[in-house]
Amino acid sequence: MRELGPNEILFILAAVRWTLLLSVVAFIGGAIGGALVALARTSEFKWLRLLANGYIKLFQGTPLLMQLFLAFFVPGLFGWSVDPWMAAAIGLSLHASAFLGEIWRGAIEVVPRGQWEAATSLGLRYGPKMALVIVPQAVRIAIPPTIGFLVQLIKGTSLASIIGFVELTRAAQVINNATFRPFTIFALVAVVYYVICRPLSAYSKRMEQKLLVAAR
Amino acid sequence: MTMPATAAQGDVMIEMRKVDKFYGDFQVLRNIDLTVSRGERIVICGPSGSGKSTLIRCLNQLEEHQAGEIVIDGTMVHANLRGIEDIRREIGMVFQSFNLFGHLTVLENCTLAPMKVRGIGRAEAEATARTILERVHIPEQALKYPVQLSGGQQQRVAIARSLCMNPKIMLFDEPTSALDPEMVGEVLDVMVELAESGMTMIVVTHEMGFARKVADRVIFMDAGEIVEVAPPEQFFTAPRNERTKKFLGQILHAQQS
Repeated sequence: MRELGPNEILFILAAVRWTLLLSVVAFIGGAIGGALVALARTSEFKWLRLLANGYIKLFQGTPLLMQLFLAFFVPGLFGWSVDPWMAAAIGLSLHASAFLGEIWRGAIEVVPRGQWEAATSLGLRYGPKMALVIVPQAVRIAIPPTIGFLVQLIKGTSLASIIGFVELTRAAQVINNATFRPFTIFALVAVVYYVICRPLSAYSKRMEQKLLVAAR
Repeated sequence: MTMPATAAQGDVMIEMRKVDKFYGDFQVLRNIDLTVSRGERIVICGPSGSGKSTLIRCLNQLEEHQAGEIVIDGTMVHANLRGIEDIRREIGMVFQSFNLFGHLTVLENCTLAPMKVRGIGRAEAEATARTILERVHIPEQALKYPVQLSGGQQQRVAIARSLCMNPKIMLFDEPTSALDPEMVGEVLDVMVELAESGMTMIVVTHEMGFARKVADRVIFMDAGEIVEVAPPEQFFTAPRNERTKKFLGQILHAQQS
């Protein structure tokens, strides 16, 4: 058995960068996917709306853990090998796409119909209408829930430990297996997640308050 | 006196032939026939739910019609028409609730479409916008945001925004209905000036004073039909249809009290 010393603590803390990197990658992937899902959900084409809706239902209706397992094991069935990092990044991106897509669909739909009609009647095509009139107004509404979801996503990266990706939680497990000091180790890990997530939640709350004031 | 057919055709700006529109099973427009000449000013009135807003919203295809034909300046329109945007940009529309773009300044509201739709450069678009803001008597508000303006000012910006596209037709959908009474006048004044400049206008409104002053023809609609069309003098003094008489009785009474 190993002692829980500074090296072990450092090993755990150093793994934070993988948690952060995975969060950033998943958020970027999710933002791209989510934008497509949101546009599809608000499209005038019914088949696109249905397709996007099916995607959202699928990912909101199944556990993230299963999604990560599938992202890890399914490519193997086709002979593609994915390492845990790829699988986690892809799985979390697909997951985030569904949730961000749904959040942003809501934000787009909150923009009053009159804004669409005014833009349409001026002769704006779909692209400029969305980019210059609808999305800029939706973004303000979308920021608080988007950050709220980012917090969920950061905490969700801990599940990537199960498919063997060594981020914060996995590093803690590894050290715990060697030192068997679960209370100290996992309390430390919880504190680290808290320190990352708490400021984001606070920021999201502040933005929400600001929007409420602006809406008055 | 008979006019040559070609000249007459060139003078037709809007033509609706046997237009029907439904919301599900409910028919909102019935067999609408209407021809509007270039430079003509039409006022449409009628009880709420009579289809007057729907009628003008069909002209730029914010709403689809299900039967009949709508021809705008020689082009037949329908919602799936490729290049429907090319028709829409020639038709300005002013809404009851202003619908200014809240994240943009007054000036940006006025330059967005000219720059993005007509491809006009920023300097020229801004110069035009400032001229037109002057025309609607609010040049000093150019850099403000819509929420900083009164309702009357916002509606005049909305008119300016449409005029910046240099449209051939202007549609007004109850432009003064959402305004406090003391602001109605300033918006109507701008519309009167616009009418005097020769713009083709269709105005849905219950402002009978405006109708008397500028309309070439007043149309009364009820239950999705055009019930009566007449020049304002005749419309107000000698309406023929019973429904028109009843409506005028109610609305004139309401506006006097």
